[in-house]
Amino acid sequence: MALTGIEIYKHLPKTNCKECGFPTCLAFAMKLAAKAVELSLCPYVSEEAQQALEAASRPPIRLVTIGAGESKIEVGNEVVMFRHEKTFYHPPGFVVRVKDSEPADAVGKLVAEVAGYSVERVGIELKMDGFAIENESKDGGNFVKCVELVSSKTDLPLILMSTDSSVMSQALDKVASAKPLIYAANKDNWEQMTELALKHQCPLAVCEPEGMSELAELVENVTGKGVEDVVLDPGARDFGPSLVNLTQLRRLAVRKSFRPLGYPIITFPGEAAANAEEEALLAGQQVAKYAGIIVLDHFSPGMAYPLLTLRLNIYTDPQKPIQMSPGIYEIGTPKPESPLCVTTNFSLTYFSIAGELESSGIPSWLLVCDTEGLSVLTAWSAGKFDAERIAKTVKEFNVADTVSHRSVILPGKVAVLRGELEEELPEWKIMIGPPEAWDVGGYLKQHWSA
Amino acid sequence: MAAVEVPIEKWTGKVHEVTLGGNGRKSVVVGGESTLPFLHFEGSLPRRPVIAIEVRDSEPKDWSPHLVDAWGDVLADPAAWAKKAMEYGADIIALSLRSAHPEEGNTGADEARKNVDKVLSAVDIPLIIYGPGVAEKDNEVLVAASDVAKGQRVALGNCEEKNHRTIAATCIADGHVAIGKTPIEINLAKQLNILLCDVGLSRDSILMDPTTGALGYGLEYTYSVMERLRLAALGGDAMTAMPMICTAGEESWRQKEAKFAEGMPEAWGDHLERALTWEEITAFSLFAAGADIMVVRHPGTVERMKAVIDRLMSESA
Ligand code: B12
Ligand code: SF4
Repeated sequence: MALTGIEIYKHLPKTNCKECGFPTCLAFAMKLAAKAVELSLCPYVSEEAQQALEAASRPPIRLVTIGAGESKIEVGNEVVMFRHEKTFYHPPGFVVRVKDSEPADAVGKLVAEVAGYSVERVGIELKMDGFAIENESKDGGNFVKCVELVSSKTDLPLILMSTDSSVMSQALDKVASAKPLIYAANKDNWEQMTELALKHQCPLAVCEPEGMSELAELVENVTGKGVEDVVLDPGARDFGPSLVNLTQLRRLAVRKSFRPLGYPIITFPGEAAANAEEEALLAGQQVAKYAGIIVLDHFSPGMAYPLLTLRLNIYTDPQKPIQMSPGIYEIGTPKPESPLCVTTNFSLTYFSIAGELESSGIPSWLLVCDTEGLSVLTAWSAGKFDAERIAKTVKEFNVADTVSHRSVILPGKVAVLRGELEEELPEWKIMIGPPEAWDVGGYLKQHWSA
Repeated sequence: MAAVEVPIEKWTGKVHEVTLGGNGRKSVVVGGESTLPFLHFEGSLPRRPVIAIEVRDSEPKDWSPHLVDAWGDVLADPAAWAKKAMEYGADIIALSLRSAHPEEGNTGADEARKNVDKVLSAVDIPLIIYGPGVAEKDNEVLVAASDVAKGQRVALGNCEEKNHRTIAATCIADGHVAIGKTPIEINLAKQLNILLCDVGLSRDSILMDPTTGALGYGLEYTYSVMERLRLAALGGDAMTAMPMICTAGEESWRQKEAKFAEGMPEAWGDHLERALTWEEITAFSLFAAGADIMVVRHPGTVERMKAVIDRLMSESA
């Protein structure tokens, strides 16, 4: 839990020596509470105070990094149960599992396909995040071969799955510098796995299906030895138990600040699902309800795209729609005589219409009004997309100098604005486009002549 | 090491129970929850969330080829369509009187009576009846439908602030349930419930539709408003404690991802798989946010939702 300025002040030297750059210890404490400065600016805090302050200012769920380099997965650091309470910060990583018992060419093909997959939505590139490699063969040589194969095909983060610490050790010798997640320490092997995690400085998953108390105890064993980056596997697999377990873990962490369970959670929806469709639904449940890493056993674009979209939706800040900056955008390479369309600055709206204009093959100008990130009808009913605002935007961005004609196309859903806009922009001809973006190509072919 | 104590929320409120059907017809009761969706460990969930299949009174002209394939000939015959929907596992038939839409036939009260009567005789499960979504026409056909279905306890929608008096009055007169629809806003939802109660409709005769945004098209707004409404209800606010209904089918099949097969990016994958998953994830996410009734379109979605809800409702969960 975050501390208040007063609580922090109690731990400071209270000498007001100003060396931190603030006039008083209290002023510094207030800045610390607002997370605007670092504690290290004060040279005089006691070690004791330092520990107390650091522990207290630690987020309820530790931020854990898997992998190294640009594509690393960062999960944890969540502070609420419900996204409307603030927001969810770190979207769960989608990781695809391969098994070392499968033929190498099949594994290679799948890895190439998953790693190369990317789909665009509202101008954001959505991708899968990594691979889990399972030592199903129980053979160390096979495992190492498979791990090497996968890491030769991708830079995405890896999860190494084996409960045999000697097998794990062989694989880590090859890929530890890529900081894979070690899956997993359990009641029997935790000492050896902990040693490996410490030796290679890799994050460690802790698996204990017996219950919360048992899981917490095992985590404390592991962290007691010095491992800091932990991922939890409470063992529950099916829809109901997974929902209950993950909810309880999140509550313990964010409502009770219960440290031993304040870590991101890994899930395996494929292990409980009867088929790929069910797996997608269970993965969806876990996106909304508290997973940090989701290991998938099926991959297909037709399923990855909706799941990635769901993740984008759930992890969008509820206070701030994804939006564009207002202005005039070029679609294709428009000329002064090309058509001029108007839309709002909600990203979803912008990309819907921009995408259709682009695929119509007709280069055009797209004027984006500042509607505070609201869609066409939402903005219209909130009074943020009216004739006055559109006229102002036309003037603000000197549209009359950009285009040689005087015609502007409105979204069909706000056809009612025509009259008022004719008054606001007397030199312009106001045209009404179709209500849905996908019709815009046909509309332009039929109605546009500059 | 001390046993970890899992925090339990002590809710004081409970969702109102609403009954549809009865009186010779099978009945479906929704609501009654005293905890968040599927969290059996801290409250009771006496009724399972249910599935309604959308049936139209006139053949839909712009539906995805996959919906047309799935339903075939029955699309032209609401009674046969409703029967088939029942076979596919619908708990409720959501009959949409689209032919009354000024641009889709502009039929009136007589046609509405005829079609409602046909569907009522074809199936013995409860009905939801939707108008075409155009204010004057809604009032005309819903009042007629209400009369034909008198005593069968159907749900009539949509009831918005502007027509709430008319819909509430006909529900009171004929013993039906009103579906109050508001645009993704918790205070507006509550306000409409209060208005409906003020004109004399009882609490157990109201469903609320928070307005559905499909996956990728506003789902997150609907999801959060539903979570907030349900939290308010469990916190003891009786005017937000109406069972919730969502229209996942209509909203998701309207989107480009579901509608079009040709010319879409390769990364979108197989059309049927993507379209079905779109509807299923929309529906399932909203069940997880507290929906009590989900109106869907594809039989595959019905099958999958039922299987998953079975598992989430089994007490061992
Ligand atoms: C999500 C949503 C919200 C979100 C906001 C999302 C956002 N960032 O805009 C929230 C919950 C905040 C919201 C709030 C409100 N909402 Co709202 N909302 C919706 C919802 C579900 C989806 C809107 C959406 O995102 N559509 C997707 C985008 C891409 O659509 P679009 O912008 O129209 O763009 C399409 C076309 O217009 C076209 N297009 C776009 N630009 C152009 C340009 C040209 C030239 C052309 C040809 C085409 C074109 O392309 C796109 C794809 O086809 C709709 C209902 C629904 N299911 O559609 C209601 C809806 C828009 N909301 C509505 C209302 C009334 C409101 C509120 C006023 C309610 C209130 N009183 O509080 C508030 C207003 C906001 C405020 N006060 O701040 C009403 C509007 C009623 C009306 N007919 O005017 C709707 C229709 C719901 C309803 N049936 O009552 N809403
Ligand atoms: S440096 Fe430390 S002791 Fe000096 S004023 Fe700042 S907080 Fe106080």
